[in-house]
Amino acid sequence: MNDQTENIDSVIPEEKIYSTLNLGPTHPATHGIFQNILKMDGEKIISAEPTIGYIHRAFEKIAEHRPFYQITTLTDRLNYCSSPINNMGWHMTVEKLIGVKLPKRVEYLRVIIMELSRIADHLICNSVVGVDTGAMTGFLYVFQWREFIYEIFEELCGARLTTNFGRIGGFERNWTAKAWEKLDAFMKDFPPILKEFENLLVRNRIFMDRTIGVGPISAERALEYGFTGPNLRAAGVDYDVRVMNPYSSYEDFDFKVPIGQSGDTYDRFMVRGEEMWESMSIIEQAIKKIDRNENVFHAEVPEFYLPPKEDVYNKMEALIYHFKIVMGETDVPKGEVYHAVEGGNGELGFYLISDGGRQPYRLHFRRPCFIYYQAYPEMIEGGMLSDAILTMSSMNVIAGELDA
Amino acid sequence: MEEVKRSKLDISHSPAGMEGPGFFATSLEKAVGLARKNSIWPLPFATSCCGIEFMATMASNYDLGRFGSERLSFSPRQADLLMVMGTISKKMGPVLKQVYEQMAEPRWVLSMGACASSGGIFDTYSVLQGIDRIIPVDVYIPGCPPRPEQVIDGLLQIQRLVETESLRRRDSDEYKAMMVKYGME
Amino acid sequence: MAIATAENIKSLHDSILAKLNEKFPDGIISSTIDYDFPVYVVKREHVYEILKFLKEDNETNFHFLTTMCGLHFPDHHGKEFGVMYQLHNMPKNNRIRLKTFFAGSDCHVPTVSTLYATAGWMERQEFDFFGIDFKGHPNLKRILNMDDITFFPMRKEFPLEDQTRDDKNDSMFGR
Repeated sequence: MNDQTENIDSVIPEEKIYSTLNLGPTHPATHGIFQNILKMDGEKIISAEPTIGYIHRAFEKIAEHRPFYQITTLTDRLNYCSSPINNMGWHMTVEKLIGVKLPKRVEYLRVIIMELSRIADHLICNSVVGVDTGAMTGFLYVFQWREFIYEIFEELCGARLTTNFGRIGGFERNWTAKAWEKLDAFMKDFPPILKEFENLLVRNRIFMDRTIGVGPISAERALEYGFTGPNLRAAGVDYDVRVMNPYSSYEDFDFKVPIGQSGDTYDRFMVRGEEMWESMSIIEQAIKKIDRNENVFHAEVPEFYLPPKEDVYNKMEALIYHFKIVMGETDVPKGEVYHAVEGGNGELGFYLISDGGRQPYRLHFRRPCFIYYQAYPEMIEGGMLSDAILTMSSMNVIAGELDA
Repeated sequence: MEEVKRSKLDISHSPAGMEGPGFFATSLEKAVGLARKNSIWPLPFATSCCGIEFMATMASNYDLGRFGSERLSFSPRQADLLMVMGTISKKMGPVLKQVYEQMAEPRWVLSMGACASSGGIFDTYSVLQGIDRIIPVDVYIPGCPPRPEQVIDGLLQIQRLVETESLRRRDSDEYKAMMVKYGME
Repeated sequence: MAIATAENIKSLHDSILAKLNEKFPDGIISSTIDYDFPVYVVKREHVYEILKFLKEDNETNFHFLTTMCGLHFPDHHGKEFGVMYQLHNMPKNNRIRLKTFFAGSDCHVPTVSTLYATAGWMERQEFDFFGIDFKGHPNLKRILNMDDITFFPMRKEFPLEDQTRDDKNDSMFGR
């Protein structure tokens, strides 16, 4: 007996040996395809080496080969949890390039759609954080309401997820009565649901123990790493593109920018939660500002705004413009323009170089996920393996935006 | 032979066979097909946008559990159905093939969305132009991304294949020749 | 924090140009205002010092690198490649853009990943896309594409489409 114990002791080495763990790219716990090679001391992470690019789809290269109005479909697939924001961001970039001013009503409609998709985005992120701490209920519960947002999108543009929303210069059609009805129902019914969802987790002992102090990042490091959006605000920096460089008439709205303190998982969760309430308030203000019966849904820019199909078949002028737009005969100014919107994950920027042709000469996407994911190894070092998963889901890393 | 009284609740159609009081006889193949069909364990290989629509399919509004597939198997060893959802890049291709090779026979593959089926709008240097270049596919679901209803329809198509598949199919020369074509033994 | 108006941008452009001209008399090639951004084209040899100066100077204090990307102009002889940097001073809400150009035969630029941690992956991405060598980068290897590809896909001469496809030919697309 004694001999055996001695034998076991002799097997355990004097110095520490770290084990290497390959997490991903198809690990069920990582939401999306990310590979991390972790150096582990038991359950503790010593260092991490991420590998990305598993769904690299060459967006920037494709964009150089597509006319302006076809790039909207690409932006859908960047952060597919909130594609309308990406669509609007792209339209605004082109509008900035060609110098179009939109009617206020169109801008407010855009604000409603962008805030709805922000809610959908944050709902996924927050409910998935819940799932990773073991609370499946919240996810199943709020997903019905995310479906409801998708129903509104479907009513407006015909698609659920990859919306291809709007046109350069406005929307393709006015909002239907049914869409307004659905939006009203959502505004009425969603707040108690969100409240209930928050009650489930916010002061939940288990949830707090799992998330407070997990995966923190300081404000200084976050800025160094180029964080933007909810993740930066959770670290305590009140940078919001909607306030700093307002677009689409965000300056007309009164809303708060929620911030956290420690930049940990709990703060990120809370900031996203508060942002949903602010989004609700923005939508409410926008609804009040809009005359529902008015029929203004695009700017008068026939050189860029695709005419309705029935006009193309019946009116000479519309046919000419349709032809000019599709064949790329309209003159686009030469120049460089950068436009940023506050996407679901932060500053989503479009850097566009136009040489006057029908497609961009160069289009660079500033993708917030790609930029802040490089801080991930630093954030999980010294933590537990299960906390690393939680950190990733609370950062809301979207593979499509990460790899472009 | 007297008429058997049936319950009105029709959970699953029984296959054709001989039945009488206290017994029901059918071929083994059909009984196995029936059992397999209603308890498919899918392995979700979700990479991008389609994965989000799959989440919606799994969640409360659409609920894939109604078709006996709510038990997701994240281990390829215990999975019957590989659901490939989203763009597969050339970098990801070998990983997908490895996952497929680890699955035990009989296995089925569902390709969801335009990217997995054909590369979709991403006809680029980095994207695999359809997963059927590296693994055999049973059912393709069109759409970019497909609606949850389409995913359910795709699963029902798979169920039909599973139900009617001959037990000897995987031993046939034709099947073996196909595997050799894909570089698998 | 000020919302950027045309006058603000003009005065920002002038003040930074004056500062840079004073500090780096031969470093600035040209400057302009493109939409809402002051743009400075600088010499490659001075990129690192200029960015360091702009970051550390108390007045300018561009502490945030918003984005950077590679550029390729095959027709510009002698300056085929370029890099664009976009800086942000959040408290003052000042944003500027710096650009530098160099020849394809001499395709390198000093790394700024030591100044801005965020540049680490951005530079790897631009290396992956354009083959621009960021001198001094600690870990300059491909990030999005596979390690074994032999080309730099974002260069203009490289085709977009997958070259392994045989199921479509040009006659289907009227080309």
